[in-house]
Amino acid sequence: RRDVLVLTPWLAPIVWEGTFSRDILDAQYLQKNLVTGVVTFAVEKYWLFIEGFMSSANKYFLAGHPVNFYLFTDSPEKISHLQMAPENHLFVIPVQDDPRWQDLSRSRMDILSSYIQRQFQHEVDYLYSMDINVQLLAHIGVEIIDALVATISSWQVTPQQDNKASETQPESQSAIPEGQGDFYYTASFYGGSVAEVYKLTRACSAGLVEDRENGIEGPWHHESHLNRYLLQHKPTRLLSPEYYWDTEL
Amino acid sequence: RRRDVLTVTPWLAPIVWEGTFDPDVLDSAYKPLNLTIGVTAFAVGKYTRFVRRFLDSAEQHFLRGYRVNYYIFTDSPQSIPRPQLQPGRSLVTVPVQGYPSWQEISMRRMEAINRHVAKESQGQVRYLFCLDIDMVFHNPWGPETLGDMVAAIHPGYFDVPREQFPYERRSSSAAFIPEGEGDFYYGGAVFGGLVEKVYEFTKMCHMTILADKANGIMAVWQEESHLNRHFLSHKPSKLLSPEYIWDDRKPKPPQIHLVRFSTVNKNYKEVRN
Repeated sequence: RRDVLVLTPWLAPIVWEGTFSRDILDAQYLQKNLVTGVVTFAVEKYWLFIEGFMSSANKYFLAGHPVNFYLFTDSPEKISHLQMAPENHLFVIPVQDDPRWQDLSRSRMDILSSYIQRQFQHEVDYLYSMDINVQLLAHIGVEIIDALVATISSWQVTPQQDNKASETQPESQSAIPEGQGDFYYTASFYGGSVAEVYKLTRACSAGLVEDRENGIEGPWHHESHLNRYLLQHKPTRLLSPEYYWDTEL
Repeated sequence: RRRDVLTVTPWLAPIVWEGTFDPDVLDSAYKPLNLTIGVTAFAVGKYTRFVRRFLDSAEQHFLRGYRVNYYIFTDSPQSIPRPQLQPGRSLVTVPVQGYPSWQEISMRRMEAINRHVAKESQGQVRYLFCLDIDMVFHNPWGPETLGDMVAAIHPGYFDVPREQFPYERRSSSAAFIPEGEGDFYYGGAVFGGLVEKVYEFTKMCHMTILADKANGIMAVWQEESHLNRHFLSHKPSKLLSPEYIWDDRKPKPPQIHLVRFSTVNKNYKEVRN
């Protein structure tokens, strides 16, 4: 691929179709006997997305490799029987969610970090957080497996332009100074090794708490914190917008 | 950004060329980690004459500003110069046996490095590079080179088709790579990575070298053949372009913008005896 950037300035590969051989990567992944987890939240009306997400993810996400799906939901009773591939497992985890949307993103980071600490770290090697309101349309394979992985937002704007979502309140813990910022990452799909995801969710959670105490919040908030964290702790691998395409575009 | 060369392998390992990275970004990520990086180089027999230039040029260009330990493996420690080094950098000589043939000396390097890591360097350094001594640094060699397991693309073969790679082609050798296989031809003069990875790698190479010895065969390019065999099955996590392992006898092609580390012109007949 000569038409796109395939390497960041810190030498992390940017994964586009055509840059990798899934066969070689599969062989490497199999050598290591790894288990990968996927975390997703289905709260309030979002339970409607469960079936679509789970059936496409079961088919396309790391097909052929063991995957643990951790589904956090406030309506576990609404989940119909889902057929899972033999190597995959589904864990339904009931949550009581905060009525306020803002607290939703904070408590997700909290929930995630505490579950990593008490459970997930013993069950999986790599962990990915995905928004439930997506359907996978094609295979997402082991090319995503690396220590700290972020997806370039399809709303990608260069640092020089005005940002839709980049935090503009300078007092916020997630503020990125003007002119800085390598890429804009979407909070809808990120992950990595369990240790790295733990550090990330802890840091974002702390930042969100601090902001909230200072009265700063917003609908894109957890995404701003994610971006701030990734500016200071550079991802080891980036996924191109092919991996999460916002259909609003 | 470089569009004229391959910058990522099919297994998503970066290939480091001038223009693919920002040294400041990398320094700001690596310097705070307070790492110590080790370098092994073998100066046996007449090869002690190369030490001075190697060290002087390394002091100028190799991971400047980082803590570095030079491990010079030699059969005559008294003939190793000890120039003044930058702060945070040190030099030790590691005694090794001289062998009657240069091929034998070359092949025994894997075993010596492996032994030394087990005994000493694993507690002292995070990353270890194993370099040839008859070479000189001409331009910066920085943290862009650090990775779990790092190999360098041989300057003679970066632009030729795979069929022409001088892999060991006799199936009786443990370094055998059949036609139709192979990713790159890597040079034996440069490899490195996390010290524990280098330990495993040198052990594997030494095992296959011994297996060949037991069968009375020596691979066509000595330990370089074995290195290539092992990097085929256990792919490096990062590749260095030939900028990092150049041969000054070659004319510089357009893809090479900067030569960082290259061979010293020498009389092969003279030094190898």
